Amino acid sequence: MDIVSAKYQNTAYQTGEPVITISKLKKQFGKNKVLDEFDLTLHKGESIVVLGRSGAGKSVLIKCVIGLMQADSGIIDVLGKDITTFNHHELDKMRMRVGFLFQSNALYDSMTIRENLEFPMRRHLTNISAKESEERIIEALTNVGLAHTVDMMPAELSGGMQKRIALARTLILKPEIILYDEPTTGLDPITGKEISTLIVEIQEKYQTSSIIISHDMKCVKTTADRVAVLLNGKCHAIDTYDMLEKSEDTLVKQFFE
Amino acid sequence: MKIPGPGEEFLNETGAIARFTGSFVRETVSPRYEIKEFIRQCYLIGYKSLPLIGLTGFIMGLVLTMQLRPTMISYGVEAKLPAMVSLSIVREIGPVISALIFAGKIGSSIGAQLGSMRVTEQIDAMDVSGTNPMKFLVVTRVLAATLMLPILSILSDTISLYGSFLGVNIRSHMSVHLFINQVFSILNFTDILPSIIKTFFFGFAIGIVGCYKGYYSKNGTEGVGHSANSAVVLSSVIVFILDLLAVQITDLLGYN
Ligand SMILES: Nc1ncnc2c1ncn2[C@@H]1O[C@H](COP(=O)(O)OP(=O)(O)OP(=O)(O)O)[C@@H](O)[C@H]1O
Ligand SMILES: [Mg+2]
Repeated sequence: MDIVSAKYQNTAYQTGEPVITISKLKKQFGKNKVLDEFDLTLHKGESIVVLGRSGAGKSVLIKCVIGLMQADSGIIDVLGKDITTFNHHELDKMRMRVGFLFQSNALYDSMTIRENLEFPMRRHLTNISAKESEERIIEALTNVGLAHTVDMMPAELSGGMQKRIALARTLILKPEIILYDEPTTGLDPITGKEISTLIVEIQEKYQTSSIIISHDMKCVKTTADRVAVLLNGKCHAIDTYDMLEKSEDTLVKQFFE
Repeated sequence: MKIPGPGEEFLNETGAIARFTGSFVRETVSPRYEIKEFIRQCYLIGYKSLPLIGLTGFIMGLVLTMQLRPTMISYGVEAKLPAMVSLSIVREIGPVISALIFAGKIGSSIGAQLGSMRVTEQIDAMDVSGTNPMKFLVVTRVLAATLMLPILSILSDTISLYGSFLGVNIRSHMSVHLFINQVFSILNFTDILPSIIKTFFFGFAIGIVGCYKGYYSKNGTEGVGHSANSAVVLSSVIVFILDLLAVQITDLLGYN
């Protein structure tokens, strides 16, 4: 870490206990070293935005955290346990507590919105009653303001609405941590702002911690307690938005121009 | 030793499909069993291809009969027409034509479906939703294809024989009773059983190739088209290769 600052707006960083600790994470594809000794600590109630150029390995980073990709080496401690050694069953248990919002939404296009939301619930909470399942679906959809779409197909919705449904599907298990992969990319500025606000609202309502990946500086400013810059596979800098904006480091500066 | 480009690619692909089949077997035997989804896939896969396979079967039976007829007459064995046709249908044409239609219809749709689920991250989304996509998507489809093709093929044989019966009756008259007698005077258990057994293998090959191509789809939407296409091509070729193996085996066992 090149830049250290003692002053943070959100004190979660100082008071919260760590929920995700990534240390010396390495991942390479063939000769392409994507992550090279990456370190990051996320605290309870905190949201960290990871900035980085396209292809820097941001998606790879959070896919390693959720266990969709296997890290080559390093430790990824999620809620007190190192997930790099987990088997499928242990991963499933961890994934009940950690939500993931996909860059491409990943809504099941052959299912209605209701079935999309039901899917993770049916799978993770096998003995949930039909009534509770329906209540949770409506609650999650209401949170994103789309309760009326429950019987529609994903293809009938706009990109921004699909993103919100995907967010509702992530919320349905009430995760303690949410990983967002570019939540505002591909949306118009107004919709992008809505999604950013929604993320902050959810954060406050459910006290979740989150890692958010984004290039959209408006989204970064709205959602970030701290910003981490991913460069050459390492965490090049981590600090509050305001402090990084004032940074003299040319590599950091380019993101804020 | 260095293997030239296309050869290396072929071997790599073969190895990858073998590994994929290995993990299919592991996931099939270990619990949790996706029974509901399996039944749904059986319905979709079987039902979707029934009309097409039925129609082609009917036409094959009819055409084959009409074309063979003059030859049979010239040899003076017109009475043997039903026997001749039914033998070729049950032993070869029924299973192979059904398998090829099945490859075109089901192999491509599995390839395209899983391919688009892969590139839009739906497969990863299942994984994080507590569902093993290998079990939920692959095992169910491959088993359904393996089970449905033999059933479709038997139906197709039956419809084909009906087509043949009509073909016989266009130019002459033969009662249903006599036709059936003729057919079963030549068809043995050793004709029917091997041909049913081979369709299980055809169905399995089509299912596994379609799933493999889709599951490892790359390069966005363009890759999806490629997956669907190569699933059909590869599984059709495999059907012929398996057919060749099957005839060798029945030959060795003395069933030909
Ligand atoms: N499955 C894979 N196989 C091989 N290489 C991969 C794979 N996934 C990612 N990569 C490589 O890893 C690097 C980082 O990819 P990643 O998707 O994490 O980028 P990103 O930072 O999320 O970019 P973007 O902002 O465009 O989404 C890229 O160079 C990519 O080619
Ligand atoms: Mg990405």
